[in-house]
Amino acid sequence: MAHSHSEENTITVLPPDKERIKKLWQVAGILGIITAFEFAVAFLVPHEWKDIRVWTFILMTIVKAAYIVGEFMHLRHETKVLMWSILIPIVFIVWMLVAFVYEGMAIAVVR
Amino acid sequence: MSHHSPVVVPAPGKTEWDGGVSPMNASYGKLMMWFFLLSDAFTFSALLITYGLVRSSHAAYDGAVESFVFSQTYWPIPEMVFNSLPFQEYLTQWFGWTHFPLIFVGIMTFILIMSSVTMVLAVEAGQRMDRRAVEKWMLWTLLGGICFLSCQAWEWSHFIHGAHAGQAVLENTSFFGANLVHNQYGPPDFADFFFFITGFHGFHVFSGVLLNFLIFYNTVTGVYDRRGSYEMVEKVGLYWHFVDLVWVFVFTFFYLV
Repeated sequence: MAHSHSEENTITVLPPDKERIKKLWQVAGILGIITAFEFAVAFLVPHEWKDIRVWTFILMTIVKAAYIVGEFMHLRHETKVLMWSILIPIVFIVWMLVAFVYEGMAIAVVR
Repeated sequence: MSHHSPVVVPAPGKTEWDGGVSPMNASYGKLMMWFFLLSDAFTFSALLITYGLVRSSHAAYDGAVESFVFSQTYWPIPEMVFNSLPFQEYLTQWFGWTHFPLIFVGIMTFILIMSSVTMVLAVEAGQRMDRRAVEKWMLWTLLGGICFLSCQAWEWSHFIHGAHAGQAVLENTSFFGANLVHNQYGPPDFADFFFFITGFHGFHVFSGVLLNFLIFYNTVTGVYDRRGSYEMVEKVGLYWHFVDLVWVFVFTFFYLV
């Protein structure tokens, strides 16, 4: 393709966006800290406090997921209609999770 | 076909329904990647939710953690199963440590988070048309992915072969490690879900590494410079972050809870 050579010569490299890169490293730091916190809960909170442990883990996971999807995958900065097109169907997953775990506990009672 | 009535084609972009408008302000490829990832999220959810169903239908271990032993009658505590490290014999020899609960998984999680950061830095570099920076960050991302896969290979090998005293499955026999039928660590379902969930995720990491290599290769050979756009880095970046995202859930629901 003849025109591609001329394109190659006109490429302008922009300088790094310092502000954005700093923000990305901050998000990485937050993900690391949350994971460290999860480890702390896993080893410091006794296993008898099952509900506190499980709900802390679930909450922390949702926070981490929000940062990954929102910042790394950039979904928070996309148009609203794209964001909700991806997020709303997740409702089905939550419903399925609740229904099936509830079912599992019922099976445990019958066993 | 004898009568031709003139077809009036409206100019693109006159109303929202005339075509030529992108209400989501994203390219076709990026949108398709998003919707593929949504469907992939459903697949992974099906696996993890089935895990939740089967696990909650088994009896849970309710004794003290210190006196935990492997048994077929209750679901094991994950930190008692995944408590080994490569070269741990040396740590035992030098420091007397024998129990390394979830340390290795923690390292794997750290590797994957770091490779997600280097990926998003490659995306940032691509948006600035900075070929050298894209090459650098893609190489780091590739390294992270390969490290993770290597860790998983060790984890699988260790899980399959077993290390501690085996579980008597038949009279006068002991079984060490796990496969799809027998499991030293607990009910066979536990091993089955380990293989299917981490295996399906590992397969995603593997294909992610292949895609990342393809992007790296195209960057080095100047394909995206000639095209005038590094959007492919963004699309594959979405996939790679999704793989990291899934691991966050696997880490919580398989290893922590």
